[in-house]
Amino acid sequence: MSATLTPDRTAEAPSIASNARDYLERVRGGDMGALPAVFGLLVLCVVFAILRPAFLTSINFANLFTQGAAVTVIAMGLVFVLLLGEIDLSAGFASGVCAAVLAVTLTNIGLPWYVGVLLAIATGVVIGIVLGTLVAKLGIPSFVVTLAAFLAFQGLVLVLVDEGTNISIRDPVIVAIANRNLPPALGWALFAVGVAGYGALQLMRARKRAARGLVADPISLIALRVGTLAVLAGFAVYFLNLERSRNAVVVSLKGVPIVVPIILVLLILWTFVLRRTAFGRHIYAVGGNAEAARRAGIGVDRIKISAFVICSSMAAVGGILAASRATSVDPNTGGANVLLFAVGAAVIGGTSLFGGKGRVLDAVLGGAVVAVIENGMGLMGYPASVKYMVTGCVLLLAAGVDALSRKRAAASGLR
Amino acid sequence: MTPVLELRGIDKSFGPVQVLHDVAFTAYAGEVTALVGDNGAGKSTLVKCVGGIYPIDSGDYLFEGKPVHVNSPRDAAELGIEIVYQDLALCDNLDIVQNMFLGRERRNGLVLDEDSMEELAQKTLASLSVKTVKSIRQLVSSLSGGQRQTVAIAKAVLWNSKVVILDEPTAALGVAQTAQVLELVRRLADNGLAVVLISHNMNDVFAVADRIAALYLGRMAAQVKAADVTHSQVVELITSGRSGELGLKNGSGVTQ
Repeated sequence: MSATLTPDRTAEAPSIASNARDYLERVRGGDMGALPAVFGLLVLCVVFAILRPAFLTSINFANLFTQGAAVTVIAMGLVFVLLLGEIDLSAGFASGVCAAVLAVTLTNIGLPWYVGVLLAIATGVVIGIVLGTLVAKLGIPSFVVTLAAFLAFQGLVLVLVDEGTNISIRDPVIVAIANRNLPPALGWALFAVGVAGYGALQLMRARKRAARGLVADPISLIALRVGTLAVLAGFAVYFLNLERSRNAVVVSLKGVPIVVPIILVLLILWTFVLRRTAFGRHIYAVGGNAEAARRAGIGVDRIKISAFVICSSMAAVGGILAASRATSVDPNTGGANVLLFAVGAAVIGGTSLFGGKGRVLDAVLGGAVVAVIENGMGLMGYPASVKYMVTGCVLLLAAGVDALSRKRAAASGLR
Repeated sequence: MTPVLELRGIDKSFGPVQVLHDVAFTAYAGEVTALVGDNGAGKSTLVKCVGGIYPIDSGDYLFEGKPVHVNSPRDAAELGIEIVYQDLALCDNLDIVQNMFLGRERRNGLVLDEDSMEELAQKTLASLSVKTVKSIRQLVSSLSGGQRQTVAIAKAVLWNSKVVILDEPTAALGVAQTAQVLELVRRLADNGLAVVLISHNMNDVFAVADRIAALYLGRMAAQVKAADVTHSQVVELITSGRSGELGLKNGSGVTQ
């Protein structure tokens, strides 16, 4: 129990140093957050860059985004379910089912792309309602419910694609999502809007808090954050705007892939929901202590069902991205390693399997790690077998870090 | 003075087992009323009846002199009755402000109004002279047992409550933290709340209570001013239901 707190506002004005100290203390206390993912990402990138110079080319960099997009988006949805301490093993095949719905609507029936997208997402919502209701109302463990759904959806995909045919997708809008790029100028415009918007939000918040006499982030810290974002994003946009085509005269290939702004919009949307709305607060509360949430008058069942709905609809979006990238849907869409990669992405990013801790950003960072491993090992010429084993080990490592940091947090809990 | 909370002739059975027999209980604003009794005497049942978790079978429930019907925890909360249970019901992964406003968040349209919540939480803690937490944006997982109890109590006080019922608030605490929490309990009463303190610990009871209500096998053995009884008299009331002139006459359930 240290010194005094209460309305003692004058005593310590927060600075970069004090914020850094607090952060270090949190990390030492077991709250590693995204640190392992960021560190892992740096190490992996350096190793692959040294071993395979092709890794650092602009074309490969752009590939990383389109390769990792589907898994990342599914992982974003999984974060909501993981926050409750539940799991959704069916998210991979749910994305497959939704992609198949999209393909059937577009190719077999011939409806416009927006109808297909809406139907695919609606399918995701229905799946989420069913799974969530079984878990919340009947009380069947989510592991069992979603394992059953995992098998059932595998069959459902087969039914939808007529026992194994490959439905190709030719709709230009859907195909563009994972295969086209923004014009370079638009990329820079998005960059400017994003960085300026982030900076303005941070400044406004700090000013509002300072006006009320609450502890606000110092200008120097805000400048550091905005500066870091500007440098990273600026570098990425510049790199992606380079000419990637081997034969630029025939076909020019440059600009930010369209999936990037899609991922960013989803990231901002869900971060807003989790951090700034009562609904998001209640998700954390149910994940942290469901009984406390119930006594506080929160509809725990409603929260659980909505988390599953969000997860399955994000799986639908992931399915659409996967269908776009492959320009086709077959029985394997969303199958094989997709689900494990997505769970791995969320956990590697720092979302706890025990519930109550995690962010949507974790899914993006973890998704990047998974994509870099797959991409880099592919460049190294390793067969799929090695890739699976390495990814499995990384997932185990991430879950180990999660469990250890929990132990550590428990040990240092009563400071 | 009208008591804030008054119960008369409360009966409560679970199936064939009658747990409360004709219990009378009062709590006054500005006073700490200790509710004592051995295990199984019916303390928890009585509190849950007050809190609307169990419906009462018969008897009168008066709030500020007026008869009321409390059928759910929500009814109790609307009257201004808050119960702090022994397990506190805090979310470890949320910070102090978030816990205090859990389920009753203030918002600006769609967005949470963090600043006004933080301000109000700070004000409430300051009014209780809580000085032991470093920052109210600290996660509850990093708090000590006494600090958690403090947060749970502050959460109950935040809603302009009139009656705060504390279930064994010091049971799991060390000496220094117990003293802090008892000080806080006293301060709640001094701020004009009616405080009901359930406790097994006679030292705690005599340290803060103005009145003592002793339950014995589901009957109210006696409700007396703390100044009028001695430590050993209270122990007798708890263990045998009577002490000299005080207490149950031949187990008849007639209270003093």
